[in-house]
Amino acid sequence: MTTDLVLAITIGGLFACGVYLMLSRNLIRVILGFLLAGHGVNLMLLSVGGGFVPPIVGEPANGQEVADPIPQALILTSIVITLAVATFLFAMAYRNYILTRDPELDDELEPDEVADAELGAGEE
Amino acid sequence: MSGPDGIFVLAPALLAAYFLVALISPAICKALNRNGLIALALLPGATTVWALAQLPAVLDGGSRSTTMQWVPSLSLSIDLRLDALAMIMTLVIAGVGTLVLLYSGRYFPDGDEGLGRYSGALIAFAGAMLGLVWADNLILLVIFWELTGILSYLLIAHRTGKRSSRMAASQALMVTTAGGLVMLVGVVMLGVTAGTFTISEIIANPPSGPMITTAIVLMIVGGISKSAIIPFQFWLPGAMAAPTPASAFLHAATMVKAGIYLFARLAPAFAVLPAWQPLLMTLGGATMLYGGVIALRQRDLKLLLAYGTVSQLGLMTLLLGCGNPDALLGGMAMLIAHATFKAPLFFAVGVIDTSTGTRDFTKLSGLGKSLPVVAVMATLAAISMAGIPPMIGFAAKEAGYAGLLDGGTAGVIGTAVMALGSALTVAYSARFLWGAFATKPGVATTKPTASSAWMTGPTMFLVVLGLVLGIVPSLLEPLLQSYAQTAGPTHEGAMALWHGLELPLALSAAGWAVGAGIFYAQLARERRTEIARPGGEPGAVYRATARGVDEIADSVTSATQRGSLPVSLGAILLVLVAFPGLMLIRANTSPKDVTLLGEPAQLVLSLVILGIAAATVRVKRGLTAVLMVGGAGYAIAVLFILRGAPDLALTQILVETVTLIAALLVLTRLPDDALYSTHKGNGFRAAIAVAAGALMTALALIIPGTRTATPVSADLAGPAVEFAGGRNIVNVILVDVRAWDTYGEVTVLIAAATGVASLIFLVRRTGRAPSKPTVVTNPVRPRQPSPWLATNWVPRRSLLLEVVTRMIFHIIVVFSVYVLFVGHDEPGGGFAAGLIVGLALALRYIAGGAYELGEAAPVDPGILMGVGLFISSATAVYGVVAGGAALQSTILKATVPLLGDLKFVTSTIFDIGVYLIVIGLVLDVLRSMGAELDRQGVVDRFDLDAPGNRAARRDRQVSR
Repeated sequence: MTTDLVLAITIGGLFACGVYLMLSRNLIRVILGFLLAGHGVNLMLLSVGGGFVPPIVGEPANGQEVADPIPQALILTSIVITLAVATFLFAMAYRNYILTRDPELDDELEPDEVADAELGAGEE
Repeated sequence: MSGPDGIFVLAPALLAAYFLVALISPAICKALNRNGLIALALLPGATTVWALAQLPAVLDGGSRSTTMQWVPSLSLSIDLRLDALAMIMTLVIAGVGTLVLLYSGRYFPDGDEGLGRYSGALIAFAGAMLGLVWADNLILLVIFWELTGILSYLLIAHRTGKRSSRMAASQALMVTTAGGLVMLVGVVMLGVTAGTFTISEIIANPPSGPMITTAIVLMIVGGISKSAIIPFQFWLPGAMAAPTPASAFLHAATMVKAGIYLFARLAPAFAVLPAWQPLLMTLGGATMLYGGVIALRQRDLKLLLAYGTVSQLGLMTLLLGCGNPDALLGGMAMLIAHATFKAPLFFAVGVIDTSTGTRDFTKLSGLGKSLPVVAVMATLAAISMAGIPPMIGFAAKEAGYAGLLDGGTAGVIGTAVMALGSALTVAYSARFLWGAFATKPGVATTKPTASSAWMTGPTMFLVVLGLVLGIVPSLLEPLLQSYAQTAGPTHEGAMALWHGLELPLALSAAGWAVGAGIFYAQLARERRTEIARPGGEPGAVYRATARGVDEIADSVTSATQRGSLPVSLGAILLVLVAFPGLMLIRANTSPKDVTLLGEPAQLVLSLVILGIAAATVRVKRGLTAVLMVGGAGYAIAVLFILRGAPDLALTQILVETVTLIAALLVLTRLPDDALYSTHKGNGFRAAIAVAAGALMTALALIIPGTRTATPVSADLAGPAVEFAGGRNIVNVILVDVRAWDTYGEVTVLIAAATGVASLIFLVRRTGRAPSKPTVVTNPVRPRQPSPWLATNWVPRRSLLLEVVTRMIFHIIVVFSVYVLFVGHDEPGGGFAAGLIVGLALALRYIAGGAYELGEAAPVDPGILMGVGLFISSATAVYGVVAGGAALQSTILKATVPLLGDLKFVTSTIFDIGVYLIVIGLVLDVLRSMGAELDRQGVVDRFDLDAPGNRAARRDRQVSR
């Protein structure tokens, strides 16, 4: 199987930007990072498959290599699952915003800290 | 009575009966109230009679057995066996069980809420205990062993409202279960080494070797934890939180004897092991003395008896630990004697407790006069406990002394310990009687209420039994000899009231004298000072350990789970970079066959993608960022086309559009600075990101070069056409070759859609699906109804959008059906087609609003997805029904006039299911994130309970 440098750099770039965004505290950024990193992974699978001709029986090859259909099937699954997960994450980000009025995600408190925070709210 | 095993073949049915009756006993107790407990006594009563009928069969070393297959692959079968040892235990369990149930019928107040649970747990416990002593399979033994532990947990924690009783129950469970686990290890080692798990076979031909010694020691650990032998003695006094009849049953007569039973079962074969005698005799002797001393410091009568039980269990362990046949006989005689005197003593305490309201003897005075029957019963039982004739306790103790004296040097040491322990036993027996019944100066005379004959009756029965067996101990001789002789030859006439003037009698007499001396000395000292107080709660080490484990778990959890998303994700990514990265470097594989550029157009696309990705990192406005990520997705779709993946490109474009719509729907509800982060990006994030990106680049370069074998897919083209009837191999893989994968995937889609809906529809204020408005809450109305759409309530309308929507909606839907059906041969398929319909619906929603969506798709998305999943499942089942594997497809061909040759592959039906599920997913997203949020946006403004308004209201209150 052959691959090319430009594609490999594209994959790495997408993944790096995705990871950077995912490490944010902002939920929307996390989702966007998740989508970008997902694109990177999909391209990686595709590059492993190699080839340029669609894996459809009867398609003229013109001397070029036929793409491996198995990574394509995996990517197709991945794309659709990403859709489902992304919409779920968006709904979660929305719910988080409605509950906290803050698009940022704070660190989860320890149980005793939660009790303290609730106590404070009660005194208010 | 047929066959050599006679009525013992009923044993499995009897066990089943216990568990069935346990299930219905709550209903019985509901109907009959506490009389239900008395009715339930019929079952153990019948068991006692059934067992007695088989008594002749187990004498002279005889046995009965029955077997049922259960799990042959685990060498686990229901092998039950009744021999003399099991008979002794059976009579104790069933006999005392009968009396305990009769007694319980009046111990509890009428209408006690816990009766149902108590009766069920007690009956099931009796069944598990019987199973334990009948089990002839080591694994089966462990199963029943653990069952008794769990059921005793329920019985100890009877008063669920009291924290102390729950704590005591969990302490008993933790200790005995931990011991049980150790025992299980020993059991597996023993069974595997011996080559059989059948106990009788192992005992008949005992294996030996270091493995066996280890196994037996591990099993002994289980036994001493169950029988409250040092260092596990502390759980038994705590378990006195149980109702007194349950204590009498579990913590005097049966469960604590399980460990003793185990020793007695193993002793004939394994007492010769070098570890056996020192281990059991040391622990047993120490426990006997410890229990006796601590019992003298108790004020609670029940705790006094509990420590007495600890002491007696120590004595039995000491005797069985000595291991010679006569000592084994003495040990089992003690076990029988203990059941006949300790249970009535507990019963007596229960009577005192219920009729005076206290068990603290410093508050009791003059009960000897006011409760004469109970006093006489308790005195006889205590005499038996102290080993004074004519009660059975005397004969048993004599047999014990005789056995130890026959046991060599270790036996002589054991005799000394037993003599000292017996003196303590005499002392605490006397102290019990004095505490319970004496008239104490300075304590007001206690006025007890009357107690029921149902409570005194069982007490009397056991005491009389102890008296009869004490006067004619030879009644027990055949049964005890039958067991003891399995270990070797014994002396005749072990059980007798009069052995002659020999050493055992002298030791007994010395014990009475010393014990009386201890009792009076303590009394005299207490007259000068005060009545002894119990020391601290036992089990400090256990509690410290439990607390320590909790604290370690707590600190490990809070150290590793910081509750911070960036930290957790960062840790995952660091591992990703560190481990595969290092492996990659170590593998020292260099990329092969790398060209600079595959297709010229790819360079442009890659630049666009990278540019967008880099820019997204810096964008502050949410809408911009979402549009940019969408743009990157479309560019990647073009890249897919270049790389020979039209299916992916089609799906990617559709998915990107749906994601974009979902993201925009949410983002319009968030503030515009939703991406503004108060936490500035830092170098650490950037470093992880760059490292992860570099790793992926390296992998992308290296992995293709490592694929040297011929891909599986190389041979897919022919079969795809021939067997799956499709030319589009990707689609064939999805709906045929790897259809199970797809099946799993669509269920994930349904789960995600359900998750979205439940996150949005968190509070359902109305149950109405928004199809047509009945009340219009939005004050801004269009001036004229739209002639183009089904509804007309959108405030800001775009005529162009309405017209376009009207024109293309139906065309798109029809086109989606085409995409669905050609998918098997051309790019397309269920996913793409479903997304196309989803986009058509999105168009209707954008043009006409929530009600327009309801008109366009007047179905519940949940039902749509359910139907889709049903269709896919039906296809899977059809494959099996049609005589193949699940999801296997069939090609149907027909020639239809006008249309020509038609081909239909059943996997298309599977794809139709996928199609419906994807439509349902998109519809659910639109309905939740679109229509429902529109409605909530309207409602929030008027509803003070909306979260935002709640915060605002709180602010107002604070300012006031």
